Amino acid sequence: MSSESTVKNSQWRLVEVGRVVLVKKGPSAGKLAAVVEIIDQSRVLIDGPETGVPRQSASLGHVVLTPLTFALPRGSRTAVVAKKWVAAGVAEKWAASSWAKKIAQRERRAALSDFERFQVMVLRKQKRYAVKKAVAKA
Amino acid sequence: MTAQKVPKWYPAEDVPVAKQTRKANRPQKLRASLVPGTVLILLAGRFRGKRVVYLKHLEDNTLLVSGPFKVNGVPLRRVNSRYVIATSTKLALEGVDVEKYNVEYFAREKVTRKQKAEAGFFGEDQAKKEVSANRVEDQKVVDKALLAQIKKTPLLKQYLASSFSLKSGDKPHLLKF
Repeated sequence: MSSESTVKNSQWRLVEVGRVVLVKKGPSAGKLAAVVEIIDQSRVLIDGPETGVPRQSASLGHVVLTPLTFALPRGSRTAVVAKKWVAAGVAEKWAASSWAKKIAQRERRAALSDFERFQVMVLRKQKRYAVKKAVAKA
Repeated sequence: MTAQKVPKWYPAEDVPVAKQTRKANRPQKLRASLVPGTVLILLAGRFRGKRVVYLKHLEDNTLLVSGPFKVNGVPLRRVNSRYVIATSTKLALEGVDVEKYNVEYFAREKVTRKQKAEAGFFGEDQAKKEVSANRVEDQKVVDKALLAQIKKTPLLKQYLASSFSLKSGDKPHLLKF
């Protein structure tokens, strides 16, 4: 057995200062915020000045970690968080992610009227037909 | 002689006098989403699930609707506004003349007792009811004007031809119409 072994960094999303989280529960549900300080094993201080999340402590059970992070000094005040958030382009990166797109689609679909639902049904049928045709050809 | 003649007798029993109503019989106030031209989903009756066009509020508090007949088989018909979902889809009713339609138009022919007894006793010799020629004619006139409007929106005709039903996972209280 060789004593050499390679150690790879984990690909986990860490609870860290500067981690962007999606709030799941409470009045700010559905909004993004940044971790500013880790309070203990299960709680973090979050702040989302650009998204309208007031600075607050949040249970990690009530937020979801996103893959996005940005450099943020520990315990930054709200104004600093806002500045760094904008500089890192968090909003654009989030909007480009498939996660955000899925949420947006879900919301749009829920807001459709009856006639629009019918139109979606027709378009999906057309798409399905085109795909099946292409697959059959290949 | 007095102006009013004094009666020679009066009834032994008091004649009951009907209580005067103080309520006026006003037409029903429909919900705000019900505007002529709205596409409705019928919820009850023979045409339940059909999507139809609302044309007019009649004086007996029913709604005059038409499929149009050519599109989904629903004729000019009265429906109860309670058994209807109003969708947000609306179409302009320019050129659609519904002036002549009222309660009398839809009144059924009275069958006398004698006719009924003769026709319906054994049942088998009952002639199938024919739709009267002027009804057919009226339907055609309304349909023509309606179809001209429907054609302006792509897919609207197919939409009216399809019928509504809840699919698995649909939550009717959360659906927007």
